[in-house]
Amino acid sequence: MTVIDNNIEQIKSDLIQMWTLVINQMEKARLALVNGDKNLAREVRMNEKRVDAFELKLDMDSEYVLMLKNPVAIDLRFILSVLKINYNIERIGDYANGIAKVAERLDGPVPEDILQATHLPEMFYTAQNMIHVSLKAFENSERNSVNHLFGMDEKLDKTNNNANAIICKLIQEKPDDIMLILNALSVMRKLERTGDHILNVAEELIYYFDANIVKHSKKNEDF
Amino acid sequence: MTQAEAKNVNVWYNNFQALKNINLTFEPNTITALIGPSGCGKSTFLRLFNRMNDLIPKFRLEGMVTVNGQNVYSDDVRLDEMRKNVGMVFQKPNPFPKSIFENVAYGLRVNGINNKKILEETVEHSLKQAALWDEVKESLKKSALELSGGQQQRLCIARALAVQPKLILMDEPASALDPISTAKIEELIFELKKTYTILIVTHNLQQAGRISDLTAFLYLGELIEYNHTKKIFLNPDDERTQNYITGRFG
Ligand SMILES: Nc1ncnc2c1ncn2[C@@H]1O[C@H](COP(=O)(O)OP(=O)(O)OP(=O)(O)O)[C@@H](O)[C@H]1O
Ligand SMILES: [Mg+2]
Repeated sequence: MTVIDNNIEQIKSDLIQMWTLVINQMEKARLALVNGDKNLAREVRMNEKRVDAFELKLDMDSEYVLMLKNPVAIDLRFILSVLKINYNIERIGDYANGIAKVAERLDGPVPEDILQATHLPEMFYTAQNMIHVSLKAFENSERNSVNHLFGMDEKLDKTNNNANAIICKLIQEKPDDIMLILNALSVMRKLERTGDHILNVAEELIYYFDANIVKHSKKNEDF
Repeated sequence: MTQAEAKNVNVWYNNFQALKNINLTFEPNTITALIGPSGCGKSTFLRLFNRMNDLIPKFRLEGMVTVNGQNVYSDDVRLDEMRKNVGMVFQKPNPFPKSIFENVAYGLRVNGINNKKILEETVEHSLKQAALWDEVKESLKKSALELSGGQQQRLCIARALAVQPKLILMDEPASALDPISTAKIEELIFELKKTYTILIVTHNLQQAGRISDLTAFLYLGELIEYNHTKKIFLNPDDERTQNYITGRFG
């Protein structure tokens, strides 16, 4: 056990806590939305401050290690990737918060037919699964499961690519629900962005595990 | 072109094998850091290139050591000629108890150069190269022992440079210096790279990272890993290297 090990253990444990918190935030935001549960939505909004606090602490602790502990090799890659993972997980926390805001605005649960038409349940499932899988990969150094994340993101993108068509059709069918439908669209966008942020995390994990930079090397060209 | 090379080098002190089948080549105008735990053979390796080990009883070498393509251990090599090509700077500055001027001129005088003009020009040039000239140009007659530790170390570097070597060996040249003198020496080493090939032993891994192009990690007399410094410090291939540089050894 070296001096830097203590710092790294602490940072790792804080990041896992933050990640877990964001997983819970997303699940609560989903439940608030589909059940029209404003209390739960408010709880998510309150907890957002905890996510922000974690982000600040992780930033400061990582800077401190960079400044004073001169990390190299795997330690350096750990700290550099934590700095970026931290940023991306915080952004996902923002999206959960945004979804909770939508739930607060609505006058009740999102009706089943709109949920089905927008594929929101599948999108939630995939996005939440991605957050979960990436956390496990980080926590247990599971290098192989990082690769699955790329395929999962493609699913999200596919649904999101059809979003405009889906939304247009819905508005034509139910012009009275236009606000509701636009809110559903904004949730779709947030889930799609969540997938993008998890891909950034996946790239950081690959850098941490393999010292390989995959950023900007295999982005989907088919937009 | 290769400036210096060790080929299948094995070294023993009595029955103790201090270096085990080392193969390393050094290109001109590069800085190579030799790192590794105490006793792993760094100084032994460095001293091969100017045959300083010859003084040690029971020292035995197998393999080939070359500087400028010349085998420095071949029988027809003249030690004084050979050493002109190789300058050495030690951990503790070791100026002679003579004037600043005479310290730098020493190597030239030993080689029979006594022409006043040549001596003066070389001393000035070497002191400038060693980034010491501005601090001592008014006091060249002063005893070298009156200089600070950092200045003495730069004087020793100037002394090594005066004979215009090709290869400069440095054994922990900044370990006894404060951060400012250390920064000066590092800056100087970096500058010297334009003209010379430098091998530097250092226990300061950040220093190795700051100044070297290549890093060789030695462990128990073996060369474990030799690669670009960036690679060694970001993602070393051998687990022993990683354990050493991250301080997780043993
Ligand atoms: N003159 C000598 N006689 C016998 N053994 C020696 C002699 N010099 C060095 N050794 C042995 O050879 C090994 C390598 O020594 P060397 O001085 O090259 O190590 P080093 O890597 O420079 O260590 P340090 O970082 O402590 O300076 C050590 O085990 C040492 O005990
Ligand atoms: Mg030594």
